[in-house]
Amino acid sequence: MPEDLNWAIGGEAGDGIDSTGKIFAQALSRAGRHVFTSKDFASRIRGGYTAYKVRTSVDRVESVVDRLDILIALTERTIHENEDELHEDSVIIYDGERSTMQDVEVPHGATALEVPLKRLAEDAGGAIMLNVVALGAACEVTSFPIENLDESLQKRFGDKGEAIVENNKKAARMGQEYVQEEYDEEFDYSMETTDADYVLLNGDEAIGMGAIAAGCRFYAGYPITPATDVMEYMTGRVDQFGGKVVQAEDELSAINMALGAARAGARAMTATSGPGIDLMTETFGLVATSETPLVICDVMRSGPSTGMPTKQEQGDLNMTLYGGHGEIPRFVVAPTTVSECFWKTVEAFNLAEKYQTPVFLVSDLAMAVTEQTFSPETFDMDEVEVDRGKVVDEDEIGAWLDEQGRFQAHFPAADGVSPRAFPGTADGAHMTTGLEHDELGRRTEDTDVRIEQVDKRQRKVETAREQEEFDYREFGDPDADTLIISWGSNEGAMREGLELLDAEGHNVRFISVPYIFPRPDLTDEVQAAEEVIVVECNATGQFADIIEHDVLERVERINKYNGVRFKADELAAEVKQTLDPDNGTQEVEAE
Amino acid sequence: MSSDVRFTDFKSDKQPTWCPGCGDFGTMNGMMKALAETGNDPDNTFVVAGIGCSGKIGTYMHSYALHGVHGRALPVGIGVKMANPDLEVMVAGGDGDGYSIGAGHFIHAVRRNVDMSYVVMDNRIYGLTKGQASPTSREDFETGTTPEGPKQPPVNPKALALSAGATFIAQSFSSNAQRHAEIVQQAIEHDGFGFVNVYSPCVTFNDVDTYDYFRDSIVDLDETDHDPHDRDQAKDKILESDKEYMGVLYQNEDSVPFEQREGIESSMAEIPDGAPEGAMDLVREFY
Repeated sequence: MPEDLNWAIGGEAGDGIDSTGKIFAQALSRAGRHVFTSKDFASRIRGGYTAYKVRTSVDRVESVVDRLDILIALTERTIHENEDELHEDSVIIYDGERSTMQDVEVPHGATALEVPLKRLAEDAGGAIMLNVVALGAACEVTSFPIENLDESLQKRFGDKGEAIVENNKKAARMGQEYVQEEYDEEFDYSMETTDADYVLLNGDEAIGMGAIAAGCRFYAGYPITPATDVMEYMTGRVDQFGGKVVQAEDELSAINMALGAARAGARAMTATSGPGIDLMTETFGLVATSETPLVICDVMRSGPSTGMPTKQEQGDLNMTLYGGHGEIPRFVVAPTTVSECFWKTVEAFNLAEKYQTPVFLVSDLAMAVTEQTFSPETFDMDEVEVDRGKVVDEDEIGAWLDEQGRFQAHFPAADGVSPRAFPGTADGAHMTTGLEHDELGRRTEDTDVRIEQVDKRQRKVETAREQEEFDYREFGDPDADTLIISWGSNEGAMREGLELLDAEGHNVRFISVPYIFPRPDLTDEVQAAEEVIVVECNATGQFADIIEHDVLERVERINKYNGVRFKADELAAEVKQTLDPDNGTQEVEAE
Repeated sequence: MSSDVRFTDFKSDKQPTWCPGCGDFGTMNGMMKALAETGNDPDNTFVVAGIGCSGKIGTYMHSYALHGVHGRALPVGIGVKMANPDLEVMVAGGDGDGYSIGAGHFIHAVRRNVDMSYVVMDNRIYGLTKGQASPTSREDFETGTTPEGPKQPPVNPKALALSAGATFIAQSFSSNAQRHAEIVQQAIEHDGFGFVNVYSPCVTFNDVDTYDYFRDSIVDLDETDHDPHDRDQAKDKILESDKEYMGVLYQNEDSVPFEQREGIESSMAEIPDGAPEGAMDLVREFY
């Protein structure tokens, strides 16, 4: 009986796949089980294959794997799409009475349960509840107490009235009873429940929550997959704390509005994905040169151009690291897990204000659509610290006025960070411009002042290197000969991959890096290892290039760019293949 | 706000590098007068400017100011005002900055109706890049990049604004100092987006739309029976392509600024030292 269960519902976009999957995931979470969800979806509103996958265990789960145990197939295509992941113990639930599902071929000896989903839903009060009938059937197959589903149904349909909630509960039970009565099989699945309290949220929600916790009060953005959830999360919620979300007319406007709000003293943010980052690029330099604190979040998706908008990739690293003309100081921070999306967002706001620079918060689609369970203390709000940096009020401003009483907003301080006066502060009125400027913020082409101001701005990075800890997270055996390095959302799959590798006698050290710039110096770590492999979801190995540049040594690369995130078992196999290419080749030939 | 603020308090000690005789001198003086007359002072005022000759204005004025990127001054101004509604926000632009690269932002700033003023120095030419056609240049205006004229009708910014739901549309002429300052003052006092197109002649590159041309052709709406509260009258005046008017073309007295409709009452600059009270409720929502 596997501890670890992989469940999915698939059908056409518009079939309610997402909400059904979420109802089930929430039920599991409320039953004290860990959950890790993922989505397959296409860039269309209705039609086309879409699936919501849930991996669940009483132990923590950090990734997806290449195995599917329970599949609710609303369309025949759903079975074909997941054929490779099905096995002889898999159970497929489908509606055999639907004309398109008459001659379903069941792959790999899996068990197919024909349940008249639509007919039962109609009996319960409406065909629309057929997905819930299927959930009830799935509860029976997995021995998951159906009462746990009730709370989720209440949460999902409570707004629509008690009658709707009751009908849904009834529909779920009809699905459960149908399987009980019609099938004698003993299914080898069970789902233990625990007393643990978990919250279930995705990376975009964690970023939005982190922003509000950190005091972000102004958000301007333009809808784009997969960053829109950040905006939707903040809309309404930030208002409760005196803030506002504005949907701008485009990304150029969004970043400029956020810049304006930041200059007015608000903690401000914008979030977008690759194409939007391109449009915002012109303003990066203005943010940096005007020394305005701003958090710019890029939730990456497959590029270039419009690429594959609903698919995973980590292809914008170079863009956030180097984007924009001229040279500007910046921070690039890339959370490695859903919970780190929260904490790194908090940190991004502090870095932005302490150093008065743009901070790029780089997440990706895999994290944006992954819902994961956490104990609520993971997001302990008492741990949130707010550091606004060198803000001066009217009592302190005197120290920063020149002999004519003018505020030196760009004073070339030794640490590179000038005083900051929010508009409205008496005696603080000053100009700031994207043109090169003097300490008063006024345009200049004086060669000495130019050098002084460029040096001053660049010193922020050195100061940050001294004051902050740009460290990494480490897993596996610290003394292993094999070192694997990754950044962003690959951490979970790699951590689980380590266990699989360990079971086969491969001893591995794994370093997950959340800071792209400034970043930890990995020279010693790389030099201590015999084999170094950099894992990332892009074709060219942008982070591997950086590591090679830093340590002047070649590294191996594992790159995935088909639009799907790394899976733990697949990644472990890739690592083995890289370590022992001959062996891998023979295996392939033997098949 | 101190009551003894003079318009010269809004002047910086930087000498303008505009050409002698440039219309922008008068435009800027009128802006400073209007700010002082409306009871503002440099420390509560935020001026945003774009790129070009008009964009230099923030350097010559004394206030909190940001000189932004080409065409994007309006979104910056909106962000400033929404984050701190106590500030007086004025955005300055040019016809290229505002009606070409920034045209999209213009329409949406008008629609959004944030309580700020937008003063556009319209000289019907690109000055700082040395004399190319602008969106308000005449169809047959010959320049280095349009030797036979742009061959397309000029943009009518007032018509764009009216069609986008503007609540205040005015036009002024920089050389008529008193009237210009009054009109900008009315834009500041308007509860919403106060849009003023200012004829601000370029003496170096535009020999058609000159001081003499505007002086001879401009009609002061105060000397007509124009009712700025009548949208149909405003529409007729705005669509008269062969007439130049000075004064308030349209004003909706019932205008409610966007930030008020959005319930923003105070500055967003004040935040707690840690997560706000009640923040754990944000986590509990995910149970």
